[in-house]
Amino acid sequence: MSMTFAEYAQLIVYFALLLSGGFALGKYMTYIFEGEAGAGLPLLKQLEQLTYKAGGIDPRIEMTWVTYSRSLMGFSLISFVALYALQRMQNLLPFNPESLQAVSADSAFNTTISFISNTNWQGYSGETTLSYLSQMLGLTVQNFVSAAVGISVLVALIRGIVRHQSNTIGNFWSDLTRSIIHILLPLSVVLALMLVWQGAIQNFNAYVEYTPLEQHQDPKDKYKIAMGPAASQIAIKQLGTNGGGFFNVNSSHPYENPTSLSNLFETLAILIIPVGLCFTFGFMVKRLKEGLALLWAMSFIFFILLALGLWAEFTPNSAMPLSGNMEGKETRFGITSSMLWATCTTAASNGSVNCMHDSLTPLGGLVPMVLMQLGEIIYGGVGSGLYGMIIFAIVAVFVAGLMVGRTPEYLGKKIEAFEIKMSTLVLLIPPFVVLIGTAIAVSIEAGKAGVLNQSVHGFSEILYAFSSAGNNNGSAFAGLSANTPFYNYALGVAMFISRYWLALPVLAIAGSLAQKKLIPASNGTIPTTGPLFIGFLISIVLIVGALTFIPALALGPIVEHLQMTFGAK
Amino acid sequence: MKELFDSLKIFLILTLITGIAYPLLVTGLAQAFFNDKANGSLVIQKGKIIGSKLLGQNFSAPKYFTARQSATTPAYNAAASSGSNLGPLSEKLKVNIEQKYQDLKRSGIQNPDSLLLTTSASGLDPDISPAAAKCQAESVANARHIPVQTVLDLIARNTKPRQFGFLGEEVVNVLLLNLDLDQSQNR
Repeated sequence: MSMTFAEYAQLIVYFALLLSGGFALGKYMTYIFEGEAGAGLPLLKQLEQLTYKAGGIDPRIEMTWVTYSRSLMGFSLISFVALYALQRMQNLLPFNPESLQAVSADSAFNTTISFISNTNWQGYSGETTLSYLSQMLGLTVQNFVSAAVGISVLVALIRGIVRHQSNTIGNFWSDLTRSIIHILLPLSVVLALMLVWQGAIQNFNAYVEYTPLEQHQDPKDKYKIAMGPAASQIAIKQLGTNGGGFFNVNSSHPYENPTSLSNLFETLAILIIPVGLCFTFGFMVKRLKEGLALLWAMSFIFFILLALGLWAEFTPNSAMPLSGNMEGKETRFGITSSMLWATCTTAASNGSVNCMHDSLTPLGGLVPMVLMQLGEIIYGGVGSGLYGMIIFAIVAVFVAGLMVGRTPEYLGKKIEAFEIKMSTLVLLIPPFVVLIGTAIAVSIEAGKAGVLNQSVHGFSEILYAFSSAGNNNGSAFAGLSANTPFYNYALGVAMFISRYWLALPVLAIAGSLAQKKLIPASNGTIPTTGPLFIGFLISIVLIVGALTFIPALALGPIVEHLQMTFGAK
Repeated sequence: MKELFDSLKIFLILTLITGIAYPLLVTGLAQAFFNDKANGSLVIQKGKIIGSKLLGQNFSAPKYFTARQSATTPAYNAAASSGSNLGPLSEKLKVNIEQKYQDLKRSGIQNPDSLLLTTSASGLDPDISPAAAKCQAESVANARHIPVQTVLDLIARNTKPRQFGFLGEEVVNVLLLNLDLDQSQNR
């Protein structure tokens, strides 16, 4: 099999829509965040004001980075308690037509951290574990707010860059509320309805009994179809780079993603806000080129990995009598749309799937793994992706500064020891969590017991799980039975660390940059927009990622690829 | 402490907006404008629900087109979706493929398309490719004692082109094709 003209057309149309949509959205988001309180559509403006009023919040009060962080952590703590309690008590609460039981302690712990940290690792199986109430009041809410927290941290960092000799970086409550009410909410309503139009379900019915055309089992075992308010959750899980599906198999389920058109919408929704935020960054620092430089660096890495993945999936598997890899894929999507999704969902920290990543070819599965391990900065999670990339840009100017013997500066701000220390934390914590977590899991029985596929591929399943949790992605090699106390707790801790121990240093950098003086560009300033810098930034990202993960990858997908190509043993 | 108190208030308000108002608004609009689809695109025949247009079913009788392999228990369980999650070098995958191949051969399909040997992602894939349908035309025609051309015509009629000519893949919905087969013989 090989790619046809129509398949190239899919990719071209996708990127054309992504970039043009991202540009328009980027402009809109700039308007929302730069405007005085009350920019935006009149109805949404009223809702925003109402929120402040009911909450007794003054959105004009400026916060230092410390207050901003405390608000963020306080909010996350409340979220944690509420979501955990909701799952533990769902059997006592309404909207539970299937009478599902309370979620177990370890699974509820895992799912709670997973959703408040915008990871949305799915340790549970949606239709057999969670009541409609838990899905809506718990998960859907966190899909919105955890994404909005990511956007807020990014906007605070951008303010830190733009402001000078200032102690404050904005108001957390205002950033949070605006992200939800003016950005995530309207986009979600529109997307949800477009999905229902294509066939995604949205109801509160009990599961439907039916009589199939050809009966197979004892008639007293009923045939049932799972129902529920799916579309509203799917829309926000795509847009908010959340990814936790309504159903067990996520967006490969025909009720979550019924047609190729719904698939196009959902794939666009994964990346549109992260791409849009690159433009927003450019507009807010008043130098669009700075945003574009980061966007091109991201896109370059994205294209290379997408091409590798497509090549791997279209190449016949010499170990099986199959032409092209359709195991674990849906007919309506085929290989191209499936691999495009796999690349987008792991480039962004989304983690939703429309094919089973565990059944990808070795190199096809390496692509999502690498994208996560690079730190979820290739477009990345909403907000978190771009703030991660800005940290890489700071490190890049620092390294470049060392090479030419100049004091590094980024966007008119001197980069000094404090910023570099904080950036180092951001760069080092996720790999540490991933590699140590994997090492522990492969060394103990509780970890090894979870694998479905034996030997090399089993190692890949574990490495994938920790790469996913340790970078807040949430996708899985789903053969791993991760709904066990060990994995629920271990991955829960990994998700917690890699979310908050990254967001806080970023806010610290924002606070520190905001206090600095602006220094005018001089001859000695390294330009951060040209091809030279973009290339340099790409190299820094790849070198840091490669040095950290190539040994682990060599033990997993790379060995498996060699086994597949040259025969095992 | 102030931060915690503010958090609680804002959290409750945002829960109201995103956890209650938002899904109810979407449900209301969806039920009003896309009633059939919002409720699962169910197929109803003689007053009985016989499935959904969007969800595959298990077919093994020779008179029906067979669908892809399904990893749910039992196969095509629309209340518990699942993929096989078997890796590219899995022994079990190899066995699954070989078994399905033999099964198909036994039911008279001489050259099964490789799509039929693989397991879908959801376990509920409603579709197969036109090639995977055509390779079954002869055996279905034999089982029903009708001309192969009739069956091929039905496949052509049930083939959905790529959306807008380039999105996704060409597919044949197995349930609708089988229903069409039954109906064309009853006429």
